[in-house]
Amino acid sequence: MAPTDLKLYQIGTFAAGNRLLDPGDRSVQADPGRASSITSGHRACQGCGEALGARFVLDAAMRAAGGEIVIANATGCLEVFSTPYPESAWQLAWVHSLFGNVAAVATGVAAALKAQGREHVRVVAQAGDGGTVDIGLGCLSGMFERNDDVLFVCYDNQGYMNTGVQRSGATPPAARTANTRPVGSEPGNVFGQGKDLPRIAMAHEIPYVATATVADLRDLERKVEKAMSLRGARYLHVLVPCPLGWASASQDTIRLARLATQSGLFPVFEAEHGVVTATTPIRRRVPVEDYLTLQGRFAHLFGPDGRPDVVARIQAGADRNIDRYDLVTVVDPDGVDHV
Amino acid sequence: MSEHDLPFAITLAPASSRADLTGTWRTERASYVTRQAPCGNACPAGEAVRDWLYDAEEGDAGYERAWRRIMDANPFPAVMGRVCYHPCETSCNRGQLDESVGINSVERFLGDRALELGWRPPPAGPPTGRKVLVVGAGPAGLAAAYHLVRLGHEVVLKEAESRPGGMMRWGIPRYRLPRTVLEAEVQRILDLGVRLELDTRVDDLVSTMSEEHFDAALVCVGAQIGRRAYIPAGSAAHVLDAVSVLHGVAAGEQPLLGRRVAVYGGGNTAIDAARTAKRLGAEDALVVYRRTRERMPANEIEVQEAEEEGVRFRWLSTIGEVEESSIVVEQMELDEAGFPQPTGRTEVLAADSVVLALGQDSDLSLLAGLDDVDLGRGVVHTTSAMMTGQPGVFAAGDVTPGDRSVTVAIGHGRVAAGRIDDWLAGLAPAPEPPRELAAFDMLNTWYYEDAPRAHRPRLEAVRRQSTFDEVVEGLDADNALYEARRCMSCGTCFSCDNCVAVCPDDAVHNIGMPGTYEIDLDYCKGCGICVAECPCGAIEMLPEDI
Amino acid sequence: MLRQLEGSRAVAETVARCRPQVIAAYPISPQTHIVEALSDLVRTGELEPCEYLMVESEFGALSACIGASAAGSRTYTATASQGLLFMAEALPNASGLGLPVVMTVANRAIGAPINIWNDHSDAMSQRDAGWVQLFAESNQEAVDLHVQAFVLAERLSLPVMVCMDGFVLTHAVEEIDVPDQEVVDSLLPPFSPRQVLDPAAPVTIGAMVGPEAFTEVKYLAAAQQLRVLDEVPVIAEAFEQATGRSSGGLVSSYRMEEATIAVLAMGSVLGSVKDVVDELRDVGVPIGVVAVSCYRPWPLDEVRAALAGLEQVVVLNRAFAVGSGTMLGQDVRLTLATSATRVHDVVAGLGGRPVTRASIRSLLAAVIGGEVDPDRLHFLDLDQDVVARELGLALAKES
Ligand SMILES: Cc1cc2nc3c(=O)[nH]c(=O)nc-3n(C[C@H](O)[C@H](O)[C@H](O)COP(=O)(O)OP(=O)(O)OC[C@H]3O[C@@H](n4cnc5c(N)ncnc54)[C@H](O)[C@@H]3O)c2cc1C
Ligand SMILES: Cc1ncc(C[n+]2csc(CCOP(=O)(O)OP(=O)(O)O)c2C)c(N)n1
Ligand code: SF4
Ligand SMILES: [Mg+2]
Repeated sequence: MAPTDLKLYQIGTFAAGNRLLDPGDRSVQADPGRASSITSGHRACQGCGEALGARFVLDAAMRAAGGEIVIANATGCLEVFSTPYPESAWQLAWVHSLFGNVAAVATGVAAALKAQGREHVRVVAQAGDGGTVDIGLGCLSGMFERNDDVLFVCYDNQGYMNTGVQRSGATPPAARTANTRPVGSEPGNVFGQGKDLPRIAMAHEIPYVATATVADLRDLERKVEKAMSLRGARYLHVLVPCPLGWASASQDTIRLARLATQSGLFPVFEAEHGVVTATTPIRRRVPVEDYLTLQGRFAHLFGPDGRPDVVARIQAGADRNIDRYDLVTVVDPDGVDHV
Repeated sequence: MSEHDLPFAITLAPASSRADLTGTWRTERASYVTRQAPCGNACPAGEAVRDWLYDAEEGDAGYERAWRRIMDANPFPAVMGRVCYHPCETSCNRGQLDESVGINSVERFLGDRALELGWRPPPAGPPTGRKVLVVGAGPAGLAAAYHLVRLGHEVVLKEAESRPGGMMRWGIPRYRLPRTVLEAEVQRILDLGVRLELDTRVDDLVSTMSEEHFDAALVCVGAQIGRRAYIPAGSAAHVLDAVSVLHGVAAGEQPLLGRRVAVYGGGNTAIDAARTAKRLGAEDALVVYRRTRERMPANEIEVQEAEEEGVRFRWLSTIGEVEESSIVVEQMELDEAGFPQPTGRTEVLAADSVVLALGQDSDLSLLAGLDDVDLGRGVVHTTSAMMTGQPGVFAAGDVTPGDRSVTVAIGHGRVAAGRIDDWLAGLAPAPEPPRELAAFDMLNTWYYEDAPRAHRPRLEAVRRQSTFDEVVEGLDADNALYEARRCMSCGTCFSCDNCVAVCPDDAVHNIGMPGTYEIDLDYCKGCGICVAECPCGAIEMLPEDI
Repeated sequence: MLRQLEGSRAVAETVARCRPQVIAAYPISPQTHIVEALSDLVRTGELEPCEYLMVESEFGALSACIGASAAGSRTYTATASQGLLFMAEALPNASGLGLPVVMTVANRAIGAPINIWNDHSDAMSQRDAGWVQLFAESNQEAVDLHVQAFVLAERLSLPVMVCMDGFVLTHAVEEIDVPDQEVVDSLLPPFSPRQVLDPAAPVTIGAMVGPEAFTEVKYLAAAQQLRVLDEVPVIAEAFEQATGRSSGGLVSSYRMEEATIAVLAMGSVLGSVKDVVDELRDVGVPIGVVAVSCYRPWPLDEVRAALAGLEQVVVLNRAFAVGSGTMLGQDVRLTLATSATRVHDVVAGLGGRPVTRASIRSLLAAVIGGEVDPDRLHFLDLDQDVVARELGLALAKES
């Protein structure tokens, strides 16, 4: 039994950095010279997970590509809050065309760079869940199928937030949105599979598919780095809580992302060429209630007129994920106690 | 391409958003704060525990700094690392996560390393010309002397016994505190220029002070007299008191206790007496205590260690009579208030001797003439500035009311030294600025690595039943470092960079030295994520006046 | 050098000589032969360096062109009909961002009913998308316009559609000269974008613009479009200098000397119209032809000048908007709003119906004979019986 791992600082690799770590072992976010790809002055809501996720992802991509990056951005909150004339929050080459075409725009950029012999410049496409799983899916699927050299990042806040919180194909069951009011016997959004885009991406057998959240920066950065080390179509699906759309407190953004993973509702994994290669085990498992009760969009499931049956169905969904991805591993409880 | 060539409005210059000061949206503002860690808050010696653990986390580069920080409060790290009951660990927030940080082991590691490498405290401060008498060279007196010389006062330490240390020498057995360690740490204090006068009992404080022109005096004579309870005993009954037994053993004697020893009492002294009896050859050492195990004042670890060594316990029992080779024990019952009440059921048990460990009293005769000093209930009462009713006469340690431990005594010594210094300078003691406690729920423990505690190895049980070798070994360097790094740094930033990372508005920056941060209020929207995700509770939200 | 070529093949070869770096296209009749040929040229390495993207839709095709163009590459696509409509959202985006994409539209009707044959409904439906629209009269002109289109697009940072009649031109095999590579190179310098996605000098392309500046953005876009009217003749002139061939331009007149009546049209129908006009001239009718080559931006002054002093003008529309009428005809009416010229607005050749010389002949005879009411829309070769029968049936049902 190896009692000590002297690399273990208070926070291991959970926090962004640590004064005791070699700069090289710290996160990109801990680097004072980080790109801050999306910088201050943007108009995102207080506590916006998408603004945060975008900086996490792009700063890591910038580091991995030595700053040689072009971004194509779909319409959506991220685009709107970052580029209202006359101010842009981006510090990298960035283009926005439409809501549903970002994958194709990125494909075009990549093709241009290839034709110009500048393939060292890397292309990242990014969109909200709506721009990814719904309106953008045609172009995205084409990009996957052709294996275009693009990293596509979906910032999943589980709804069309920019247009005032309507449901998307990624909105979870039972959630209240502007067009899924909690009325009737099946309150909120329909119960269904939703569009599980990571798995749809895997079905294309592209080189790399990964999920991540803003709650695990190191994991996210590692995945971006890994994605950037590969060529071809790569897909990264990042859960980014939205205080406005989820009716949650602005300070709970990261906490919610964490609870989503720890409840099993959002499985964190990686896949290569269509095969799951790694999953992030749940560290502190929680019941789905812990996650749901922090969000106004699920408020109708709780309280005197609550719907424990619906909560149970949500829990069943989480349990299914846990089974499917083997998220709960049994660790030797006999840790490092050396008597 | 210059900005002017850019197509109007549809193409924008990078980072132009900085012109939009979104900080104006804010109703609350994030602000760095330092809160009091529960460990330091609980430390009777006044150690800034979190701070020295922080230094120790650096390993070799930080150990000496860590040790010096301990030494700022407490000149006995190696002793404390062995005998302290570590209330710091009891209150350590990490205890609510997995197990409390092994603060005590780390302290011992640092203390031992200092002895090994000969680290020294800074020399005494510039002389003030004031002369202070300290009576009693126990931990209170020695700690006070240490701080007083550092403040530049001339200190004379008068000790009745032939060796310094007080109960650290005459009470605490060697298997818990090797004398070499004690002596080395005492010597380090003396080397600062404290004048120690051994075999010098002070019988009359006032005359000693005036004869030798002391400006102030500190009374730390401890509680040396074992309390005797009245127990009917036959003429051949062998009844001793624990303090004397332990004193004898410490002095190199071999007290005659017989094969079967009953110890009466439930404190640490009782446990030490029983464990000592075992080591002296007793086949059976039985601790008789009138309450339950849960209510026993003795330290749980020591009870465990005693059990491992074969000491037996009889809870809820009193000794009613003592005969030559037996005792009569009465079964007790707890009443609703939790007090033991006699049941009338008795039992005769074999015992060759009975050792009473029912507490100690102080010999306060040296204060006899001082009418203004309150000696109610056999202890010396002081103000919060540790001064007795007699101006210039202070008291500290076991002789004062309250918890009795080496740690408390050392803390008293330190505070008393400060107050004496104030008094000599004619200053009122400066009040401590209140600091908010870093409670567990202010932490975000997700960020701490899962890290169970590195327990100190203990001498295997059979060996320690018969020897006075030290039972608990120290941590090796790796484990000590590991343990130090388990500290969550409650309430004080430890430079994890999380706040810089988690700001959606890119408004938190590293400034200057790595690990120093600034929140750019031009852009902080007041979302509070940095507060929620600060592992150690070192950021707070403050309302903005709007 | 003249060669017997299919129009599509000739256009493809011409486009290849324009050295596009990225081509993205999705097949639709009658554009297919063009993009098939280009994909071949890329595969064989004859067109190189060039990335040919086989995208999943026309929306993807134009979107990829948008990305590629923004990244500083010369880009090309081609489509028709439903495909153009499927691009609709991206069309104003390309123009709004000022991206010089060149696109061939092999003009075809739009459905329903689905119809693969030629008319101008597709291009007309997108006439307000901010693209330059050039219409080719012949395959030779189609070839020549593609070279000019790239020059124009890149000079002004505007996307350009080259419209050529589906099947009638795209699938016609005739003698065509594809300009030599040197000629094309001399006319078309390497692409130097007005703005580019470059990590070394990052900019934000495609910002959101609110009420405070949107009008100005549009005004400036219009001003830029109007520059087309200056540049097109300049480019046509340079082209003629280089090739000896007069192609393109804004508007051209045919036998308009002393004319009191003119036929105004776009595209391949002009050939038949000119033949009939020749016949009428031979019998002394003072009639001529005005051919509009640049439809968007609308060369208002040039059209007005070409039609100045006429008594009558017959506009042959190859497209028709149910509920509003014609597009070309309305543009002409607007142009002549203050003049006394009578405008005969004629819908002709929808969904591939041939506009024969005979039909043109009888139409013009009727116009000259005063039998055509200028205030009413006229449908060439309309099967009155069918229409009457169906309208009658419908009426019967209602009552
Ligand atoms: C058996 C035993 C085990 C213990 N174990 C622990 C432990 O593990 N951890 C812990 O924290 N605490 C322990 N304690 C308690 C702790 O030892 C005392 O609380 C502490 O030593 C008190 O310190 P002090 O300086 O006040 O008094 P003391 O340590 O009692 O020192 C007083 C000194 O004053 C001297 N003196 C007395 N009268 C005079 C006089 N008139 N003139 C001159 N000198 C005089 C004495 O000789 C003595 O040296 C233990 C106590 C006992 C008895
Ligand atoms: C073609 C088209 N349809 C609809 C819209 C309106 N629209 C803009 S953003 C948006 C929703 C964006 O949702 P998502 O992609 O999830 O991004 P989010 O705003 O949630 O980050 C919608 C419906 C649009 N801009 N374009
Ligand atoms: S974690 Fe560290 S700082 Fe916090 S209470 Fe425990 S020892 Fe003290
Ligand atoms: Mg969304």
